[in-house]
Amino acid sequence: MIHQYKNNGYNIVMDVCSGAIHVVDDVTYDVIALYEEKSLEEIENELSYSKEDIEEAYKEVTSLKEEGLLFTEDIYEDYIKEVKSRKTVVKALCLHIAHDCNLACRYCFAEEGEYKGHRELMSAKVGKAALDFLVANSGNRHNLEVDFFGGEPTMNFGVVKEVVEYGRSLEEKHNKHFRFTLTTNGVLLNDEIMEFANKEMDNVVLSVDGRKEIHDYMRPTRNGKPSYDLIMPKFIRFAESRHQQKYYVRGTFTNRNLDFSKDVLHLADLGFEQISMEPVVGQPEEPYAIQEKDLPQIFDEYDRLAKEMIKREKAGKGFNFFHFMIDLTGGPCVAKRLSGCGSGTEYLAVTPWGDLYPCHQFVGEEKFLLGNVFDGIKRTDICDEFRSCNVYTKKKCKDCFARFYCSGGCPANSYNFHGTIDDSYDLSCDMERKRVECAIMIKAALADTEGEEE
Amino acid sequence: MKRVKTLTGNKTYGTTMCKGGCGECQTSCQSACKTSCTVGNQTCESNK
Repeated sequence: MIHQYKNNGYNIVMDVCSGAIHVVDDVTYDVIALYEEKSLEEIENELSYSKEDIEEAYKEVTSLKEEGLLFTEDIYEDYIKEVKSRKTVVKALCLHIAHDCNLACRYCFAEEGEYKGHRELMSAKVGKAALDFLVANSGNRHNLEVDFFGGEPTMNFGVVKEVVEYGRSLEEKHNKHFRFTLTTNGVLLNDEIMEFANKEMDNVVLSVDGRKEIHDYMRPTRNGKPSYDLIMPKFIRFAESRHQQKYYVRGTFTNRNLDFSKDVLHLADLGFEQISMEPVVGQPEEPYAIQEKDLPQIFDEYDRLAKEMIKREKAGKGFNFFHFMIDLTGGPCVAKRLSGCGSGTEYLAVTPWGDLYPCHQFVGEEKFLLGNVFDGIKRTDICDEFRSCNVYTKKKCKDCFARFYCSGGCPANSYNFHGTIDDSYDLSCDMERKRVECAIMIKAALADTEGEEE
Repeated sequence: MKRVKTLTGNKTYGTTMCKGGCGECQTSCQSACKTSCTVGNQTCESNK
């Protein structure tokens, strides 16, 4: 299977199943489109290029095919079945340190921290039991990941510190290393928290939506006040104190800022070098929801952002945009690429009272309650359902060129829109495909010293 | 090649089957996702 597209003056050909990516000239681009269906003679009759050009391109295409870099088949289905049948270990927990929040973001899937339940803070006892559960269920896995999530985890920061300290005390004894992540809205961020995070947190995720007017509208405080001025100076200082590494400023865009490239560039202009901006996920009736009609504008924004990133990179002012990050020569193995996100098996969420769910987005959905950190997993049948979920169990992924980049998409989104984890949230797929195209185009442009556009 | 520039070198997905699936890598939502699923930008722990 191949996928061909033109973007920013580049002719790009993805050989979907080998992962090979080629930038080709116009003749070769058109020859590739006809190669499998027609003979050389028929192609020569159909295309208006010279016979010599077509023959030369045809020869190069044939050579790529013989090298296994073009027109390869998908040979991984049985392999993924075998990988998925292996015993899995738990390697990451999302700890809901606080089901409470000091902001009232309009799009919050956690319902301002309450997750269809009630306000509650995790106790140190539950947090420590969660780490014990993780260690006990992690097999030989050395690096264990723990995300302090909410609600807003800094509302319960004493417990965060206690749990981190407890985790460090377990490391040597069990030959484990904890990688902690803190996600915060910044309201309570102070020097003490920053200092602690810089010492102990492998990653911090700083929630901010971009331009002041966008951020203030979508992320007000509980009493309706703006929050941008409250958090932005601290985030700038925090990112600098981490030497612009191992953090993300992470925003959400909605139908209110479909011109979200401006929000990304606003963050870049403030000096942030690690930026993520995710499309909101919401049912169509929500006032902020992204609709199918919005896609053309969103695609244009991704194109605009990609071109600007190339320009800035070449000027020595580059930054990372999470969804355009792509490693074409390294990157994950094919097992990782096709076997799904790991929710319900490798990655679990823990509520403030210790209940286990397949991931943070399923918290509060009682039918997905797996067990708790004290007694372990009781509903292994649910875990098995998540374990079996992968690219090949999703019909929509079968012919999608992006399936090796999204691993079949988010099961929670699939469940929320279709009532099953084996489907896909279509708008998200459309945007993912566009982002993959842009990410590859950026690589093509940066590999091409002559290729700068106006 | 004159008309083709391959950005990915000779490494293909197939070459990762042999030693792949060790599971030491980060889970996708542990980075900055939380509402989507992106694995193409993850790094391989054994390549570090």
